[in-house]
Amino acid sequence: MYRYDQYDQAMVDTRVAEFRDQTRRRLEGKLTEDQFKPLRLQNGLYLQLHAYMLRVAVPYGTLNAAQMHVLANIADKYDRGYGHFTTRQNIQYNWIKLEDAPDILADLAAVEMHAIQTSGNCIRNISSDQFAGAAADELIDPRPYAELLRQWSSFHPEFLTLPRKFKICVIASETDRAAMKLHDIGIRIVKNAAGEIGAAFYVGGGMGRTPMIAPLIRDFVPLDQLITYSEACLRVYNRYGRRDNKYKARIKILVHELGKEEYTRQVEEEFAHLLTQGIEPPIAELERIMAHFADPAFDTAASDDLDLSNRDFALWVARNTVAHKQPGYVIANISLKPVGGIPGDASAAQIHLMADLAKEYSFDELRVTHAQNIVLPHVRKADLFTLWQKLEAAGLGAANLDTVEDIIACPGLDYCSLANARSIPVAQKISQRFAANGKTGELGELKLKISGCINACGHHHAGHIGILGVDKKGLENYQLLLGGCEGDDTSLGKITGPGFTEDGIVDAVEKATDVYLAEREEGERFLDTYRRIGMEKFKEAIYA
Amino acid sequence: MLDHLRFREDEPVGAPAVTVDAFFSQTNAAAVRIEPGDDAKSLLPFLEQLRLVEVNFPSFGDGRGYSSARILREAGYQGELRAVGDVLVDQLSHMRRCGFDSFLPEKPFDPEDAQAALDRWPEVYQATGDGRTPIWAKRHPAHERD
Repeated sequence: MYRYDQYDQAMVDTRVAEFRDQTRRRLEGKLTEDQFKPLRLQNGLYLQLHAYMLRVAVPYGTLNAAQMHVLANIADKYDRGYGHFTTRQNIQYNWIKLEDAPDILADLAAVEMHAIQTSGNCIRNISSDQFAGAAADELIDPRPYAELLRQWSSFHPEFLTLPRKFKICVIASETDRAAMKLHDIGIRIVKNAAGEIGAAFYVGGGMGRTPMIAPLIRDFVPLDQLITYSEACLRVYNRYGRRDNKYKARIKILVHELGKEEYTRQVEEEFAHLLTQGIEPPIAELERIMAHFADPAFDTAASDDLDLSNRDFALWVARNTVAHKQPGYVIANISLKPVGGIPGDASAAQIHLMADLAKEYSFDELRVTHAQNIVLPHVRKADLFTLWQKLEAAGLGAANLDTVEDIIACPGLDYCSLANARSIPVAQKISQRFAANGKTGELGELKLKISGCINACGHHHAGHIGILGVDKKGLENYQLLLGGCEGDDTSLGKITGPGFTEDGIVDAVEKATDVYLAEREEGERFLDTYRRIGMEKFKEAIYA
Repeated sequence: MLDHLRFREDEPVGAPAVTVDAFFSQTNAAAVRIEPGDDAKSLLPFLEQLRLVEVNFPSFGDGRGYSSARILREAGYQGELRAVGDVLVDQLSHMRRCGFDSFLPEKPFDPEDAQAALDRWPEVYQATGDGRTPIWAKRHPAHERD
């Protein structure tokens, strides 16, 4: 994985000093809260219902054991002994004191980490495929491109006061595991007819109040123009994105209002101009970064055999592991969705353990997924049983990846000042319901996502089953959506009808899954059946 | 306290800057003020006659002026580029990077804070046409441009 050189280190160290100075000026009253707010947001510090939340960047979701240990130490030293992994492949701490924040950033900088631009109206942490560098179906590792973009977007002086936040995702596989088309810019690394590698740009996707699937605006940007093209996309947005209404300020609205053709025309015009400005790093820089992402020293003699005689282990292998590009290895997913647990939460002890396991069994590498789980990307099949036993012993052995229990949920009204309803208790009740009725396995792949308000941090638009918490005359109320999908055949869920109480929504979800079990044809997932038979039968059952 | 921070040797323009609309109706003005919604590109045919462009920031959170500044510099504008309005000390280094060489803030800067902000960043990741060598060029000296 990528390691800082003296320049990268100087940048994060400078940032710590800058924020320490800004915090001091705030505490001395030299900066008003209005003036300080964007500065703290761009250092990941967000004021929630009860305390400050600190969001730490995990660039493209990749980190090593030493970094993971520091994340655990921060949870212990400055928070309440746990951290929350997020849909942006980051980690959040919910109980931070403002005056501690500079010290936390310094602890992070010591292991090449930061909280730069994890909030605020700027280019956020670049996300990517959590199986990058390991997936059997990838064209090339997408992370070097993400790292190139990380450096370009960090402190980019023109783009620190954009109309609104800006999220970029880079993938390089056939399968989209990162909801790429639901980003402000989604980049798919592709190969053209001539066999050259380049980037397809999808611009103007997003969730939130007005979900949109990003249209393709250019099918091939040569690698030596990647930064220049990105800069052109951002400049058009910075100049013309709406600033009169924060709910219409994302680039998706600009692209929608201008039309894809006109937005593209403006980008191409800016791009042609910027190509004359010498802003693109040389290919040698991309190659330097790529060298950091070389494959680890795989054991080429590793056996492909796996003893599945233990039934619990066999179930975990079936549900939580994914094919690796290297024979004898698998990608192991650690579910942070124990039945009845808080999706994405891990205790400091669990974070330490995952760090140790990564060091021992996965070439010192971990990934955070947008589904709020952790990945050990390179595990030898021969080590898998031992690894699983250690996970089981620590409460990390839930065998439920991509099932109805593997719920994405935002922090909701338990923490968030924007929320209308709680998300966590709903997630807990749903996973308990399905664990108790034993249908989880039967239901197979079923992506369930819960947001506690219309801002959609819990990705409810993209769930096969989505739940949206709303405020109905002062009471928490939950709407049900069906048919969303974040993957290659991206689609947005549709609301079934009137909303439900907290217990009512759990019943409604179960009824929807019963319709699927009754109606499905051979090989169909919940989503496939819904797409084939449509909403009506589900509505009949849910509102019967 | 610092009312006006200026990084130029030449004499400041005496005449007040006119609005973009006024500029286009009186062809000889040497100083113009652009608002966030004005298109900086409309000034490009007139760069020869301009000696001062003021870019107004009615609110520090509106970042359109950063793009305006770069567009003017990228087109070869050599005159004074002045940020005016709700300009804060923590924006100084970014504004410098986008080509501003003059600052007339609504509220004067604390000189120490301003100096600290300007001296803050020893390195930069991007090429923005401000003459600073980006990190990638230092890593690959053979590829260093200009």
